Amino acid sequence: MKAPAELKYSKNDEWIRVENEIATMGITDYAQDQLSDVVFIEIVVFEGDAIGKGETCAVVESVKAAADIYMPVGGEIMAINEALVDSPELINEDPFGEAWLVKFKISDPGELDSLMDAEAYKNLERDH
Amino acid sequence: MYTSHTQADREAMLKTIGVDKVEDLFQCLPDEGKFPQLALPEGITEMEALDELQYISSVNETPQELISFLGAGAYNHYIPAGVDSILRRSEFYTAYTPYQPEIAQGTLQSIFEYQSLIAALTGMDVANASHYDGATAVAEAVNMAYHNFRGRRKKIVLSPTVHPQYRDTIHTYTKGMDLEIVGENLKPEAGPDELISLIDDQTALVLVQYPDFFGRIHDLTKLSEAAHAEKALLSVHINPIALGLIKPPSEFDADIVTGEGQPLGIPMAFGGPYLGLFATKNQYVRKMSGRLAGETVDTQGQRGYVLTLSTREQHIRREQATSNICTNQGLIALASTVYLSLLGKNGLQELASLNYHKAHYAAERISTVPGFMVNPLQPFFNEFVVHCPLPAAEINKLLMAHDILGGYDLGQDYPDLTHELLVAVTEMNSRSEIDFMVEVLEEETHD
Repeated sequence: MKAPAELKYSKNDEWIRVENEIATMGITDYAQDQLSDVVFIEIVVFEGDAIGKGETCAVVESVKAAADIYMPVGGEIMAINEALVDSPELINEDPFGEAWLVKFKISDPGELDSLMDAEAYKNLERDH
Repeated sequence: MYTSHTQADREAMLKTIGVDKVEDLFQCLPDEGKFPQLALPEGITEMEALDELQYISSVNETPQELISFLGAGAYNHYIPAGVDSILRRSEFYTAYTPYQPEIAQGTLQSIFEYQSLIAALTGMDVANASHYDGATAVAEAVNMAYHNFRGRRKKIVLSPTVHPQYRDTIHTYTKGMDLEIVGENLKPEAGPDELISLIDDQTALVLVQYPDFFGRIHDLTKLSEAAHAEKALLSVHINPIALGLIKPPSEFDADIVTGEGQPLGIPMAFGGPYLGLFATKNQYVRKMSGRLAGETVDTQGQRGYVLTLSTREQHIRREQATSNICTNQGLIALASTVYLSLLGKNGLQELASLNYHKAHYAAERISTVPGFMVNPLQPFFNEFVVHCPLPAAEINKLLMAHDILGGYDLGQDYPDLTHELLVAVTEMNSRSEIDFMVEVLEEETHD
């Protein structure tokens, strides 16, 4: 399972990269693998929205399922990845890179403490 | 009598929930409401029951016995015998939710063809597998617009000339949704351009009927431009027969088209079943409610049909789905498919033209009766408003004395319009019927 060491991870299989209080987030390689081929993505937040930790920021649809994507920590949305709307397959091809979902300004850096590092995420116990 | 639970089952269940006997579950009901004495008559034989039911049904007065000029949402059209004979095939009418592709290719193909016909008729990219009736289709358009903007736009501009019962249904559907519905308080004569000043950047949807409830045909170009300038959606409710003659709403760049499918081979019946038509542009397909059948190929490359884009639906998308409707009005949609196939493109055009000309003949003749007036400048299809010298309700009574089912008394829904009668004329009304009605109006209102 791929999980770059410089990222932090949530139990819901979102990753987050933090650079100077600006965070970029997406879904993990494990998540895209579970979903299989992604056919549609809808980012349900707009630039400027203040979205809390755990709130939905996107919906991803694959040939198998539809899944809500949650904010790993809260923040103010700075940018959304419009390219994904036309090329949802990027989620399968490059989940940690081109397929970032939103960039946001973290509202409470303390919330980052609830996230896992790559090692802990890899060892996360799964229900199935 | 077979009941699925044994005494032991019942006792186990009562014990589990901590109740001694079944009656204890009904303690909250007042005593006088429990076990009321029912004054039921003695049982009767099948022969007697049939006799009684036939008597009851003979008391009905229907367009079969009466001359009818009543429309207002349900129209008296001829239904070719082929519609019923196909509907009554048990493969179609006994199946409940027959959506499994392994066993239901026939049904799925008929749904696909229905969708294709409705898309062609409305000029839209995609139509769903149908809704219950025109009213629910219109309400689903409101739902769709609301979800399209993720609940951030909270205003619906609703024309006062959308069918009053459809507007009631919208209010029922949207109760508790934090939506502001504006426009209904405008004068009923208001045309679409008078809605324009109500549209703003909080408007999710502009909703009109075409022809409107009064039968009028309006150019929706400016309204559409105004809605789209604010990035709002435009939904247009149609009469499918009218589209055999008039511009489809797609030419006004409508985003959603809904319709009451009853004129397409469905008998008039109180409470339905009718048929809700619903079509939209490709870009909104994932926001569309209802079922959708698609064409594909199987593993051997053969054409086949399956439900598609199910991830829109509530069993997958849960509370984020546009709608909790994931069924269709299957048998009635099939009836309309057969009807449209039997008429064909030219047949539908001829039918629409026949309706138009008969209605215009009737309007012209009625206008010659002293005291009666039809606006000569207003374009209409097969239905028009007659201004009467007496309340419309009284005119209807006078007509009924001659076995004529008059029009729809608009005073029922619009308090200022008590003297306005909405008259519908279809291919079922012969010239002599129209002339007879005009004669009766002349005689009965003559001083």
